[in-house]
Amino acid sequence: MTGPASDLIRAGQRLTPWRWWLDPASWAALPAALRQEPALELLALWAEARTVHAAFRLGPELLLASVAAADGAYPALSPARPGAILFERAIADLWGLRAEGAVDARPWLDHGAWAAARPLAVQGQGGGAAAAPLPALPVGGERPQPVFLPAEGEGVHQVPVGPVHAGVIESGHFRFHVQGEAVVRLEARLGYKHRGLIGLMLGRTPRAAARYAARISGDSTVALAWAFAAAAEAATSLVPPPRALLLRGVMAELERIANHLNDWAALCGDAAFLWPQARLGALREGVLRACDAAFGHRLMMDRLVPGGVSIDIAPSGPDRLLAALAVVGAELPALRRICEEHASLQDRLAGTGVARPELVAAYAAGGFVGRASGRDFDVRRDLPYAPYAGLEIAVAGAAAGDVEARLAVRIEELARSLELVGTLLARLEPGETLLPLPGKGGEGIGLVEGFRGEVFCWMALDEAGLIRGLFPRDPSWLHWPLLEAAMEGNILADFPLCNKSFNASYSGVDL
Amino acid sequence: MAMLWPRMLRGLRRPLTDPAPAAPEATVAALSERLEQAARRRLGRSLAIRHVDSGSCNGCELELNALHGAVYDLERFGLRFVASPRHADVLLATGPASRNMVEALLRTHAAMPEPKWVVAVGDCALGGGLFAGSYAVADGVDAVLPVDLVIPGCPPSPTLLLEGLLALLGAQREPPPAAPPPRAEPRLEEGPEEGPEPPDEAGAPGPRMERDA
Ligand code: SF4
Repeated sequence: MTGPASDLIRAGQRLTPWRWWLDPASWAALPAALRQEPALELLALWAEARTVHAAFRLGPELLLASVAAADGAYPALSPARPGAILFERAIADLWGLRAEGAVDARPWLDHGAWAAARPLAVQGQGGGAAAAPLPALPVGGERPQPVFLPAEGEGVHQVPVGPVHAGVIESGHFRFHVQGEAVVRLEARLGYKHRGLIGLMLGRTPRAAARYAARISGDSTVALAWAFAAAAEAATSLVPPPRALLLRGVMAELERIANHLNDWAALCGDAAFLWPQARLGALREGVLRACDAAFGHRLMMDRLVPGGVSIDIAPSGPDRLLAALAVVGAELPALRRICEEHASLQDRLAGTGVARPELVAAYAAGGFVGRASGRDFDVRRDLPYAPYAGLEIAVAGAAAGDVEARLAVRIEELARSLELVGTLLARLEPGETLLPLPGKGGEGIGLVEGFRGEVFCWMALDEAGLIRGLFPRDPSWLHWPLLEAAMEGNILADFPLCNKSFNASYSGVDL
Repeated sequence: MAMLWPRMLRGLRRPLTDPAPAAPEATVAALSERLEQAARRRLGRSLAIRHVDSGSCNGCELELNALHGAVYDLERFGLRFVASPRHADVLLATGPASRNMVEALLRTHAAMPEPKWVVAVGDCALGGGLFAGSYAVADGVDAVLPVDLVIPGCPPSPTLLLEGLLALLGAQREPPPAAPPPRAEPRLEEGPEEGPEPPDEAGAPGPRMERDA
């Protein structure tokens, strides 16, 4: 597959089989070329000190392009790819590199409270103890106030929500512009949870940094740890043992099942349909306990590590898992029918929070968000990796793009994941589960399908095998802007439903 | 459809809710010392909890939310999460205290009426855990607020969370029991830093924020 933009990238200097070095003039020509090649999807945009990298997907192929930001600036891609906006803002905050011609140049992760501005600007710096004193923050004192995009019209007023929310939810701020009950504009302001993860991971071995990767977003710990491990293994040309790969698949499907059950339950709860919420919550608890019995951790954190898996499945694990999933499988059809047939629930879900297909395509949003708006993509099927390669992966889809469609896609995925776990467990053969990662230099990418969508990770190792450059990209980067757009014209009271139907990760983006 | 309900209801008849875990008595005793008699009278045997995520990975939130469900049923103990800090007795914080959340943490705490507890949930809430030393982290909730109880784990399981919160309830009994029921309580001791912080004779260390500022 070719096109003006992918040709432009391939005309650069080839550094690896999938990464090209572009001179500033070629990079500057990218936005115009990208407009002519909509099929070239932007996966991620990030930086190292003085270098900017972009990752694209063209069908089954991944293309990375790099450019030197010599004077601390580089031509923006956001005029051609709206998904670039948040990445460009993050690059400015973390690496201090300006996107010239950017659609939005406001700060994103940096709220003016860190011990250092542009913390990753100097190569090799960042992780270490930046023990500057906390800035004085007297309660009631003045802080620089964020600037929100305006909305105009008669009677428009603002409703600020967060960062501390009413329930047990992650921290983030939502600014609504409301006219009557209808939302004219929603803007999510994140970054409250920024922990400096990339800085903490630089300079460490992939094994040591895996603990951070597992905590980028706890609900996706398996998927993020997998993308991270896959990048490390690609960089060092290591192929994990078959048993480890199968166990990774089992864990990833269990994570998908648990999260789909959880959010399905929460959606019912938000629509005041409480019985399914209680029942689905109980089913999920059964799955988590089986995960604990099988892998020694309810969320399976730190179980998936570079080189394989850190713990083999317990001897009783397969039976425990299959028993818990059988309970889910037995109740699934009835629960599904009850949810589909209750007018009170459907009334809240159908037509609410529509993510328009053309917008979803422009952002190349993954997972159930994309698939519920007609973007038929699943890494497990389209860029297959072990242990999915060779398996039949049926991908659920819908076109309506509303809360109901996102839920319907997730329920369908849930049913298929129940089967997949059984298939993968049946293939387990005795064998090794972990290989040592060679301590050498290299560069690799990982792309795996998490419950939210495709998780991308790029990693560069120096000669000693320490992480020199890294970017783990949660699917939520591309979901947050779509949630904002989907709220337009909806009533404020439906925000919890819309938000839960996307369930974008705060911590996964805040890093 | 009508046929389905009886079958599903059969499933529900089994008692779904777990039996209550016992509160660790050593923890209860230590907490009781921290709570004045007067405060004990005012709080009674019920606690309203305000959760603040100060930079968690959201793993701790998953387990906190599980407490709501039918299996753990937090509210049967008189424990509930509330929306406003003005209604709260307990500030329950997760995460290593990201610097971007310090102001929200302090403001939430300041909005709560006395007497109030601070509970730090999760390994990273105490001292920042893995994230200590980052330019973006204030190195733990204990670096920002006076922490009364630590519930360790990454994340702590719902059962462990429940035990910790029941210990807070237990501390409000008057007077503390003379003969605690014999129960070995290893679970709160498993973490990197165990149980509650010891009472400080020289008065609470106070928010470290003020000294740093
Ligand atoms: S203690 Fe562990 S699970 Fe909880 S927020 Fe911290 S890293 Fe996540």
